[in-house]
Amino acid sequence: MNEINSRNSTILQVEDLKKYFPIRRGFFQRVTSWVRAVEKVSFIIKGGKTLGLVGESGCGKTTVARLILKLLEADGGKIIFAGQDITDLSEAEMKPLRKEIQIIFQDPYGSLNPRMTIGQAIAEGLKAAGIDNRSETQQRLEKLLKMVGMSPAGIDRFPHEFSGGQRQRIGIARALSVEPSLIICDEPVSALDVSIQAQIINLLKDLQEQLNLSYLFISHDLNVVGYLCDRVAVMYKGHIMEYSPADELFDNPVHPYTHLLLSAIPDSERSDISDMNTLGDEPANTLNPPAGCSFQDRCPISEDRCAQSEINFEKVGEDHLVRCWKTAKHGSYQFFS
Amino acid sequence: MDVNPHTDSQDYQLDEPLAPKRTRFEEFWRLFKQNRLAIAGLVFFILFFVVAIIGLSLTSGNDPVLDPAMVRLQEKLRPPLTKPNFERLQPDEVPTLGVYVFGTDDLGRDVFARMLQGSWVSLTVGFVAVGIAIIIGIFLGGIAGYYGQRHIRINQLIAGGFLTAGAVLLITDLIWAGAVFLLCGLACILLSYLTKKSARSRTKPAWTRLWYFNTISIDTLVMRFVDIMLCFPSFFLILTVVALLPASIYNIMIIIGLTSWMGTTRFVRAEFLSLREQDFVAAARALGLNDFRIIFRHMMPNAVAPVLVSATIGIATAILTEAGLSFLGFGVPPPHATWGNILSDGKRFIFDAPWLTFVPGIAILLVVLSFNLFGEGLRDVMNPKLRERQ
Repeated sequence: MNEINSRNSTILQVEDLKKYFPIRRGFFQRVTSWVRAVEKVSFIIKGGKTLGLVGESGCGKTTVARLILKLLEADGGKIIFAGQDITDLSEAEMKPLRKEIQIIFQDPYGSLNPRMTIGQAIAEGLKAAGIDNRSETQQRLEKLLKMVGMSPAGIDRFPHEFSGGQRQRIGIARALSVEPSLIICDEPVSALDVSIQAQIINLLKDLQEQLNLSYLFISHDLNVVGYLCDRVAVMYKGHIMEYSPADELFDNPVHPYTHLLLSAIPDSERSDISDMNTLGDEPANTLNPPAGCSFQDRCPISEDRCAQSEINFEKVGEDHLVRCWKTAKHGSYQFFS
Repeated sequence: MDVNPHTDSQDYQLDEPLAPKRTRFEEFWRLFKQNRLAIAGLVFFILFFVVAIIGLSLTSGNDPVLDPAMVRLQEKLRPPLTKPNFERLQPDEVPTLGVYVFGTDDLGRDVFARMLQGSWVSLTVGFVAVGIAIIIGIFLGGIAGYYGQRHIRINQLIAGGFLTAGAVLLITDLIWAGAVFLLCGLACILLSYLTKKSARSRTKPAWTRLWYFNTISIDTLVMRFVDIMLCFPSFFLILTVVALLPASIYNIMIIIGLTSWMGTTRFVRAEFLSLREQDFVAAARALGLNDFRIIFRHMMPNAVAPVLVSATIGIATAILTEAGLSFLGFGVPPPHATWGNILSDGKRFIFDAPWLTFVPGIAILLVVLSFNLFGEGLRDVMNPKLRERQ
């Protein structure tokens, strides 16, 4: 669709991205502590490829998405889009780049304005892309709706007249209206039932082929990620724990947390680590994290060293990084059990 | 879940929406119809509207059809539905309808004509006052809700202070001092503009940190102002202001409007706070739409429902306030009739001529009641949580 997205060039590079949210208390709204939502997150998305960002609820996936879209200001690190550092750009400087990065939301009910017909909603994007002519708008609207598998007959209807899957398609059409090169999919299928999930995922895959899009695909469902993504980053409490090509991650998972996630797949054959499910099953607490590894309190193989110093990425294979000194040294977690 | 990789794009169904096309308005109307009291309110509301407009056309002009100011001293305090005494009246003094529908007052003026004239006053006071209140309310509430988390910085305070001081000095004829202050203010703005870039970078020098130090948030500023305004009992606030200003119907409207915007501000702010976090607003920002478009095209249509409801009830309150002011003699000046001053004039004759108090009293009661019922019906329909019960 555009030259930014030529294959195998880096379209988005994120370096040491950081976002802390202040917790304010008391009459003067003093900052008492910080929620470390995103801590030193780095990854690269190549043109026309898909990066999966996996992790449990509250681990900072959506915050990463909002930081890349510049809906939130980063507290540290760099976001480099197509060779340009966009971290500190002001709203006005960002404007020409806005249409290059789009988002698809998880909740198909909240993502469309209830007071706008779907035609109007998508036309907002066309207007932002500089298409003002009425007949051309109409033409493009119909084309976009067909592209996402919807009938143009519904153009004057309101979102509440559509089903969840249809609304998700409308959301995709809106994102496509400005001809972006990168689409951030923030759990786009988590709120849909299984049969619709498959349709939407195939739609995303087809669109990627047709338009040469890049995706940042955020999900907690490893099946979907395995099907759609070229690379996967596993996130836990704001940190990336494991970063590898998708096939490699499924065939040869290293980090204990990745094992935990894989064992959580219902029909998984990896029941060998079922004991992990019962270990420290508390929700991720990103407030005042302990020193060292953020996974230490749930990890079955943690040692004193895990709590002492900051754990850095270790290379365990080609393009395969893991933030765990122990499994990196001794091989996969499976060898311990 | 297992994704079937063999599905290709040809298999996407081009699905037609199944539900019959029904606009939002039709939906509202279907639900609204179920509320009998609200329908009664709406009917009376329309009736009042029509009566007020007809009343205005019949009672205004140099030679009105029904003259509310025609004094007939020989026909004073006639009860309702009595025929005038044709022998003692000049031909042009005879009421057009041939009967005193609501009787006459202590000067022999036709109460029916006076009520008609007063209905227009009530209507305009209600709508104009509430219109002013809503405009202020939406503006301030929108700012507090959308930009509320931003802080007023030291440099803005200093620049604002200089500019205000300069303007004040200019007005008080201290041209030189005023000009100096204005220039200082402009210099502050220029300085802020030039240092904008360095302030955003992470390694800011210490002095910029002080220069851009956040003081209070805009939300705090606006909402505490609302709290202060709410501290005054509004009727006494209005009385004070009315005592200082020349009595005129327009002053009354403006003052009622300026003292009743606080509720709307709170509603709009609350709506904006929740709307701002919605995904569709984030999507609009990601598309690169400007703030103006996001606020007025994406957020405002979703925020007007509670405002509309409070406006309907606000009209009733404004009518009541105007009647109260007129009753106390602070309202619209005498030759012009309003429901409040008809009531007030009539209270001296409450035992001899009870219709002079009952007719305007019941009219006020009915109009206020109908607006309240209509407003509450509207609220029930527009509140999705209440709607589910039906």
